[in-house]
Amino acid sequence: MSAYYSVLKLRLLNGMQYRAAALAGVATQFFWGFMYIMIFEAFYEYSPYTPPISLKELITYIWLQQSFLAFVMLWFRDNELFTLITSGNIAYELCRPCEIYGFWYAKLLAGRLSSALLRSFPILIVAFFLPEPYSMTLPPNVVTGILFLLALLLGLLLLVAISMYIYISVFYTMSPIGSTLMIGVLGEFFAGLIIPIPFMPDWLQSIAYMLPFRLTADFPFRVYSGHIPQNEALNGILVQLVWLVGLVWLGRIALNKALRRVVVQGG
Amino acid sequence: MKLYFKYLLILFKSQMQYRTSFWLLSFGQFFIPFTVFAGLYFLFERFGQIKGWDFFEVALCFAVIHMAFATSECFARGYDAFSGLVVNGEFDRVLVRPRSTVVQVLGSKFEFTRFGRILQSVMVLCWALMNLSIEWSVVKAITLCLMIISGVLIFTGIYIVAATMCFWTIQGIEVINIFTDGGREIAQYPLNIYQKWITKFFTYVIPFGTVNYLPLMYILGRTEGNDILHMLTPLIGSLFILPCLLVWHFGVRHYRSTGS
Repeated sequence: MSAYYSVLKLRLLNGMQYRAAALAGVATQFFWGFMYIMIFEAFYEYSPYTPPISLKELITYIWLQQSFLAFVMLWFRDNELFTLITSGNIAYELCRPCEIYGFWYAKLLAGRLSSALLRSFPILIVAFFLPEPYSMTLPPNVVTGILFLLALLLGLLLLVAISMYIYISVFYTMSPIGSTLMIGVLGEFFAGLIIPIPFMPDWLQSIAYMLPFRLTADFPFRVYSGHIPQNEALNGILVQLVWLVGLVWLGRIALNKALRRVVVQGG
Repeated sequence: MKLYFKYLLILFKSQMQYRTSFWLLSFGQFFIPFTVFAGLYFLFERFGQIKGWDFFEVALCFAVIHMAFATSECFARGYDAFSGLVVNGEFDRVLVRPRSTVVQVLGSKFEFTRFGRILQSVMVLCWALMNLSIEWSVVKAITLCLMIISGVLIFTGIYIVAATMCFWTIQGIEVINIFTDGGREIAQYPLNIYQKWITKFFTYVIPFGTVNYLPLMYILGRTEGNDILHMLTPLIGSLFILPCLLVWHFGVRHYRSTGS
C-alpha cells in the first residue's frame, strides 16, 4: 500500500509544477462556464413550462462541472502510459515489485488530483463571489455537503477505474487515439457533460441511468444542489460502490490477461 | 499556389498509407460534433425555442460555424501545431527556403481526417435548409457561401495569431482556445442570445457575428433596413485575416531560433 501512496505523492508534486498552465486553464473554464450559463438563461427565459431543474441549481451544476473538470473528463489522459505500452518500455514496469494495476491507478489518480487542486479552488472561490445571477450557492445543509463530498470522491475513483480500460485497450489496438475518442465521446455524453441528464428525453435518461458514466459527474453535482434528495443520494452512493468494485475487479482481470500476451522486442 | 497543392498531394498520400487508422479517425471526428448536435436537439425538444429562434434556424447557424471550423482545422493545422516547429528549431529551415513562410507553414500539415467533421456539418446544413422555408435567390446562395468562406478565414486568422505568439513564448498557449473552440461554441447559437458585451466582442473584435448572425438574419428574412449591408458583412469579417498576417510578418522578423 505504501508504494502506491508514494507514487501518488510523487506524481502530485510533479503535477503541481505546472502552475502557469493551471492559470490558463482557470481562465478558459470561466469562459466556458459563463457561456453555458448564458445559453441556458436564454433557453429558460421564454420556456413555456417549468424546466426539470431550476436555473439556480443549474448554475451551481455548471460551476461545479467547470471547477472539477479534471475529475470528470475521460479524455484527460496520461501520454506517458501510452508510450510505455507502444514503445515496449512496459518491460520495466513489469519488473517493478508491485502490481501494475494499482501502480497505474495511483498514477492516474494523482494526475487528476493535482490538476484539480490547482484549478478547482480558484474557480470555486470566485464563483461564490460573482454578481447575482451567476453566483454559486452553498449546499442547502451540512448533510448534503458531506454526501456531495462522498459522491464526488467515489465518482473520481470510479472515473479512474473507467479510464483504466482505455489504457488496457491500447494493448490490443496499439494506438490510443481511436479508443480514447470513442470512449471519451460516449462517456462525456452520458456523464451529462454536454447537456445535464435531466434535459435528456426519457428514453435517453433511462440509458444514462444504466451506465456508470453519470455517477462520475452528473450525480455528485446534483447531490450538491439538493436536486437529488438525501435518501436517493445514499442509494446512489451504494450504486457507485458496487460499480467501483465491479469495474476494478474486471479491469484487473483484463489487464492481467493483456499482460500475459505482451511481446516485448529487444532493442 | 502550385507549391501548396503539391504539399497537399504529398501529405494526402502519406496519410493514406495508414488507411484503417485514417477511416477510424474520420469516423471518430464525425461523432464529436454529433454528440454536441444531439445535445442541441434535445434542448430544443424540451424548450422549443431560444429567444425566438427555432431549432432549424439555430441548426443552420451551427452548421455554418462548424463547417468553417472544421475546414480551417483541415487547412491551417500547420499553424495549430506551430509551437512544435519553433521548439525543435525546424522553423530555421523554413526561413532559408526561398518561398513565402505562410505557404510553407500552411503546407507543413494537413488534417484530412477532419473530413468527418465537415461531412457532419454538411448533413446538418442540408437538414436545416430542407426544413426552413426560405425564399431563395442567387444573392442569398452567394451570401451562404461567403459566410462559410469568411468563417474559415477568421479561424485561420486566429490560428496565425496564436502561432505568432509562439515566437515569444515558445510553448503554445491554452488561452487561445477561448477564441477557437470557445468562438465556435459561442457562435453556434445566434449571437443575440448572449449578454451585450459578448455579442459586441464577437462582432467587432473577433468578427464571428459577421459570418453567421448578421447575414443569417438576411437569409431568414429578419432584417430591418439595409439588406446589402447584411449581405456584405461576411466580406467585412474576412478582412480580419489581414491584420493577422501583418502580425505574423512582424513576428517572423523578430524570430530568434531556440538553437536546438
